[in-house]
Amino acid sequence: MADRSTGGGWHARARRLATAVALMPLYALCGAIIVALPTSAAEGTASRVPKPLFAISAPGQCVEDTQFMLRNHMELLKHHRDQTVHQGVRTTQHSLANCVACHASKETGRVTGSKDAFCESCHRFAAVTLDCFECHADRPVAGIATNAAPPGGVPR
Amino acid sequence: MSGIDHARRQILAWGAAMAGATLAPGVTLFQLAQGRPPAEPASKVVRWGMLVDANRCAPDCDACVTACDKENGLSGARTPTSAQWIRKVTLTDLRGGPAKSAPVMCQHCAEPPCVDVCPTGASFKRADGIVLVDRHTCIGCRYCVMACPYQARSFVHEPVADQKPEVPRGKGCVESCTLCVHRIDRDRIPACVEACAATGHKAILFGNLNDPASEISQRIAQFSTTALRPDLKLNPGVRYLGL
Repeated sequence: MADRSTGGGWHARARRLATAVALMPLYALCGAIIVALPTSAAEGTASRVPKPLFAISAPGQCVEDTQFMLRNHMELLKHHRDQTVHQGVRTTQHSLANCVACHASKETGRVTGSKDAFCESCHRFAAVTLDCFECHADRPVAGIATNAAPPGGVPR
Repeated sequence: MSGIDHARRQILAWGAAMAGATLAPGVTLFQLAQGRPPAEPASKVVRWGMLVDANRCAPDCDACVTACDKENGLSGARTPTSAQWIRKVTLTDLRGGPAKSAPVMCQHCAEPPCVDVCPTGASFKRADGIVLVDRHTCIGCRYCVMACPYQARSFVHEPVADQKPEVPRGKGCVESCTLCVHRIDRDRIPACVEACAATGHKAILFGNLNDPASEISQRIAQFSTTALRPDLKLNPGVRYLGL
């Protein structure tokens, strides 16, 4: 009795395993379709992930390569801030005022304050706190020396 | 290593010797160091200071105070918690002598007590003698406010909006007169000095204390000037005449 029941259990398990193995390609196919569907549907319009959107006042080449700036802008700013505060170095290449001069929003003229503003849109996307503008001006002001100054005058 | 150090010291010695050298009549490297390019760090060759002439300062004039507020984006309010970087102080002789008036701000000490007590290194003295607060490291403990014998430091209690781009400031940090460091770095004189000259009083003279040929050094050599609280031996960069 005990032997037969054991034998029957073994057969049942083997059948279930075979069915499962046979269905595996089907599961994989369904999975692939589910993953692919939204992508193909959204292709050409917007991504399923809401990427930051902004229109800046002076688009064009940044002071460094864009991919480099994405990863390292904070390091450049920190380095420049220490040099400026402690040593009085007032170069404009990597200064925060120079960032703001070009990257201010076309509509509001600021780099924070709305989800479309340059700094805030990306920091919202990355969920990184943005402290700079609690103290620093977030809009360009005429008269401050930046690289965006009109050609002819050496920014000093 | 010692060889490198030796060579470096030799170069520094040559530099020190050259710094005092006269390049042409009336043109020395001291003067060249004042108009330094933006990429060049502030140098010990210069020590910025001011000479306040109390005889020229009018008791009813506060042009320096309003100019400071405007230049640095301060509210100008005079509540106990509002920031003030420069204030007019009137001294009256108890026997009925004439009242003397003079502006008092951060004295930019050579031995600043605020730097001694700062637990984070936020209070610091720049190479050219300007005492500043690095707000990025200031934790707002206010030890420096207690330590300053001139009561020159203010704490920002309220959130600040619409700051000047060159003078970033915000809630939770201590601040004081920066000697308009953003202007000095661009070869301009501090706003209070400019405003005082514009009124015609010309009571504040700004210049390089390390240059014996500068007007401020010559006047300090010529007249009997004093530091506030000279007993503390802090060697302030701001000196007073006629107090």
